[in-house]
Amino acid sequence: MDFMVFQYPMISVQACLDGILLGILFALIAYGMALQWGVMNIINIAQGDLVILGGYIAYFMYLYGIHPAWGVIVSPIIMYFVGVGLYKLVINKVVDRDLFISILATFGISILFMQLMNFAFGADVVLANSGYGTTFLFDGNVVLPNSKIFSAFVSIVFAICLVIYMKKSKLGRAIRATAQNARAAKILGVDTEKVYAATFGINAALCGVAGALISITFTIHPYMGLPYTIRSFMIVIVAGLGNLPGVAISGMGLGVFEEFADYILGTEFRIGSVFLLLVLILVYRRFKLSKKREYLK
Amino acid sequence: MKKNNLILYTVILIFGVVAPFIFPAFKVQLSILCVLIILAITWNIQGGEMGYNSFGNILFYGLGMYLCASVQVGMFFPLAEWTESGGEKTFVHTPAQFFQGFGVGLAVAAVVPAIVAGLIGYSILGLRGHYFAICTLGLGVAAGEISGGIEIIGAGQGFTTPPFPDFGGLEARGEFFYFCSFISLVLTFIVVKSIYSTRFKLVLNAIRDNEDKAEAMGIQTMKYKIIGWMISAFFCGLAGGIMGGLVGYIDSTDVAFDGREMGVFMVLMAILGGKGTLWGPIIGASVFHIFKEGFWTFFLGWQYVALGVLIVVIVIYFPEGIMGWLREKYPERFGEVVDETDRKAQVELK
Repeated sequence: MDFMVFQYPMISVQACLDGILLGILFALIAYGMALQWGVMNIINIAQGDLVILGGYIAYFMYLYGIHPAWGVIVSPIIMYFVGVGLYKLVINKVVDRDLFISILATFGISILFMQLMNFAFGADVVLANSGYGTTFLFDGNVVLPNSKIFSAFVSIVFAICLVIYMKKSKLGRAIRATAQNARAAKILGVDTEKVYAATFGINAALCGVAGALISITFTIHPYMGLPYTIRSFMIVIVAGLGNLPGVAISGMGLGVFEEFADYILGTEFRIGSVFLLLVLILVYRRFKLSKKREYLK
Repeated sequence: MKKNNLILYTVILIFGVVAPFIFPAFKVQLSILCVLIILAITWNIQGGEMGYNSFGNILFYGLGMYLCASVQVGMFFPLAEWTESGGEKTFVHTPAQFFQGFGVGLAVAAVVPAIVAGLIGYSILGLRGHYFAICTLGLGVAAGEISGGIEIIGAGQGFTTPPFPDFGGLEARGEFFYFCSFISLVLTFIVVKSIYSTRFKLVLNAIRDNEDKAEAMGIQTMKYKIIGWMISAFFCGLAGGIMGGLVGYIDSTDVAFDGREMGVFMVLMAILGGKGTLWGPIIGASVFHIFKEGFWTFFLGWQYVALGVLIVVIVIYFPEGIMGWLREKYPERFGEVVDETDRKAQVELK
């Protein structure tokens, strides 16, 4: 336990800013999660592993001398095809089945991805250095790496582009129609199979963007995927499906919570506190819902 | 029919008793098999019968493991110094102390997880479907991460359980742990079989099929769910305690709260054998253990790849498991030895 964060207000400002920038990234991943959950009604445990895979793509560009920021463009393109391939191989067989089946199947994919990445890229913690320098605020009391600001900016741009795409384009309309009622959409001539594949691909592409940004700002490691899945799941259940401002706000809230937990409890409890928060949120939600049920009675 | 059952059980029991002497090289493997079967059976109580698919029973397993070892050490020596000294033999248990400590430790390892399950049950079991699954997944991982930060039980460097006292060597150690796990398995089987032949199982099945309707029929579903989970936690903790002694070394995320191995294994074994049957988890665990040992030995390094592929294949193509497949394929000649009795048991229950 360390309460320095309350004695020096600048540390709180630092934690808040760090948390918000981090939370925007989480919100981007959660947006993909909400998309596939809403449209295909599956929960993808392998979400975090797709993020890490996207991160490794950017890292490899960095290794071969290309600036890792280009990974923001390249990684989603590759990840889109990974996502579509994954859909064709596995996900299309679990779409209209029990939710538990999809959880377990994607858990299997997650284990598979973890180990394959471990073989391919090694078990080291790696980081793609962007060389963007840092920004000092408040007389040098608050230090913000420019890469974090860059990543938050890129995430916002991608999120806005996607929202506009979903609103305006033909595919976006088809996706929204399928989310509302898959059968009716099919009757009206929407090829739902294609829509599902595209949705999963878009989700994977979003993960690719987020992964590339994470490889620039933080570190990546083959086994780090599950916490990202849990964070995005948590953000989606707090915000509710299809509530985009909610996703952004709860993402930032989670980021700030994590930074404070990091300062107060210590870094070794950071992931643990995220998982505990998930349990607490679910339990809170359960009691809220059961109260509602009592009113109905 | 009863007679057939009796013969079958006698044969299995005799085989279980003589197995470590026929296959002395496989004693550890057989003990692990027993533990795996216990885990699969206990998972099946809520996963298969109650319809609450939990990824978090690993919580009770790990809790039991830590509790058993802590009690065994803490009864005679200061726990903090023991974990600080790591594997160094600063303190040595006498045989009497070892067995006494292990016995008390196992009792604690079984009872405390059951109490924990009862305490958190009211909050957690109110969640439905996938929310329950993800919540329990979070519980398991959180327990692993948090126990990895607690100093007194070894934190990141792990916890060495007391070494087996110095008599009889490896043979005696293997036999001791084998019989511990085998007796626990028999105990688990007897308890589970007897509760499966009461109204309790029907209530659990009613909860699985339609919880709201079961509640409307006047069943206090929450009470039954909590009891089911507590029974499951009891034997999970017991299995964890034995496994801790058998492995000899406890690490928070790699041995105790190992969601990536044991936590998935227990789900997978129950599904492979057939959810919601008495014999399914047993068959599933045996088949899985043989498969796993083969893979872990001959394709070392690729085992998680194989595990991932196996999960996907089983979940997509065999969601009903071996028992379900057999029942569908041979509804009349439903096996001759093991499966026959199961069907008869099912018919008797109906």
